[in-house]
Amino acid sequence: MAIPLENWLKAALLEVQEYVRMLGKVGRGCVTRPFYIRDVIEQFDAIGIGSLTVVLLTGLFTGMVLALQMGITLDVFGARSMVGRLVSASIVKELGPVLTGLMVAGRVGSGIAAELGSMMVTDQIAALRALGTDPIRKLVVPRILAGLVMVPILTVVASGIGMVGGWMVTVGLLRVASSVYWNSVVQGLFIQDVWMGLIKPFFLGFAIVSIGCHVGLRTSGGTQGVGRATTNAVVASSVAVIAVDYLVTQVLILLMY
Amino acid sequence: MAILESRTRPPLLDEALAHGGPIIVFDDVHLAFDDKVILRNVSFTLQTGHTKIFLGASGAGKSTILRLILGLLKPDAGQIFVNGEQIDAMSEDELMAVRGDLGMVFQEGALFDSLTVRENVGYKLYEEMNWPMDKADARVKEVLGFIGLAEFIERKPSELSGGQRRRVAIARAMAAKPRILLYDEPTTGLDPITAITVDEEIMKLRDLEEVSSILVTHQLRDAFFVAEHMAVRRGSDIAFEKVSGDKADEAEFIMLRDGKVAFEGNAGELRAATKTDPYLEAFLS
Repeated sequence: MAIPLENWLKAALLEVQEYVRMLGKVGRGCVTRPFYIRDVIEQFDAIGIGSLTVVLLTGLFTGMVLALQMGITLDVFGARSMVGRLVSASIVKELGPVLTGLMVAGRVGSGIAAELGSMMVTDQIAALRALGTDPIRKLVVPRILAGLVMVPILTVVASGIGMVGGWMVTVGLLRVASSVYWNSVVQGLFIQDVWMGLIKPFFLGFAIVSIGCHVGLRTSGGTQGVGRATTNAVVASSVAVIAVDYLVTQVLILLMY
Repeated sequence: MAILESRTRPPLLDEALAHGGPIIVFDDVHLAFDDKVILRNVSFTLQTGHTKIFLGASGAGKSTILRLILGLLKPDAGQIFVNGEQIDAMSEDELMAVRGDLGMVFQEGALFDSLTVRENVGYKLYEEMNWPMDKADARVKEVLGFIGLAEFIERKPSELSGGQRRRVAIARAMAAKPRILLYDEPTTGLDPITAITVDEEIMKLRDLEEVSSILVTHQLRDAFFVAEHMAVRRGSDIAFEKVSGDKADEAEFIMLRDGKVAFEGNAGELRAATKTDPYLEAFLS
């Protein structure tokens, strides 16, 4: 029993060590030459534009269902007109960043782990190094920069479309006037909420993409290994989204409220 | 026109590493992964313009030697010199410069799936050496012509046969004009006709372009073919003929057994050794 636990601890520590080493190299890769600008632009497109549909649909339906549920609850207090306030506060502060993070973790985290994992097991990463290219600069830095920039933008889009979804249900099914809804939305938001909704996605994007890259670059064991890496990346980055969301929220509350 | 041109080296080093000079040196190299010893006190010297052919059972450490030369792995003990520089203690950034003079053909080609043949072959020129686009394109067409795959320039690796992928991998390795080429099982899994074509590419680079090479293989027929033949230019054609005299010593075999050098010598000496060494006899039979 002691040996498997010791081995598990060693393996876990090794993973943490390698992850931190990778982040150190990424830091260096961000500020020293060479830069692979074309790869950065490609990743902005793949991570940002590629995730737009799934994020739009998620945001829209989340806003719709939120308005529906809030409507039922608020009816008990005769406060149906306050739906907008609850929808905007929930979406901008929590659901927008977290659901966008989870969607990107499912779509982008898995894709990165599978792509880099396949490159590992087919020696393409070794070939890159043999050709004089640092895989961190060429593959990891562009993805992390894209995650840092595009996840916040996707979150803004998801939050915006979520409020539109809430408006559709509030006006169409709950029979609340459009102006009352939007007035309530604005009343429900404080500047700190907006900052929270904008700051959190940076951390989530960084966590999702860096975990996907780390897991992908640690892949071994052929196609089976690629499958395992993909699953691990989705699980680890999804858990990281929830955990990082809590930690960053805690810090931001201490700093801003 | 010569396909390969010399990269700038200090004059004294250039003189020391001229034909017959020690371009790769392994001195008492030892490597283990956890408890498993991969290489034990391996020493050998590859001379400029010569070929070393590594034979041995699976897991004997043949491919590991190529990865050590590239700096993809570090030895636990011993020294490795490539192109006059000691690489075993170099950082990844320092190794990038050393790799400029090395080309590697990986076991399955390791071509980049998402890139076309043109982009694969010209990768180093476009991405790392910043050649002007027209010059890089001309070089890509030149090397693809050299290996007879010029018409496949816009295809993706998935649209090529195994043999074509291997040849594109050779083209990619030679595109940046390295002085040293490393081949990891370049003919494994290929039909005999395609394997001979790949062997001929290896010989053309060695004999016509003075590229020093290390060949790791299981294919004895290909190993002996490369060791005992040479490419010669006859007008605009290239012919392959049997080697003789000193030229026969320019291709040497190294047999690895349990991570150790069990035999080192030319093709004739290897054949003679099979009469006294049961392991070599079994391996070559």
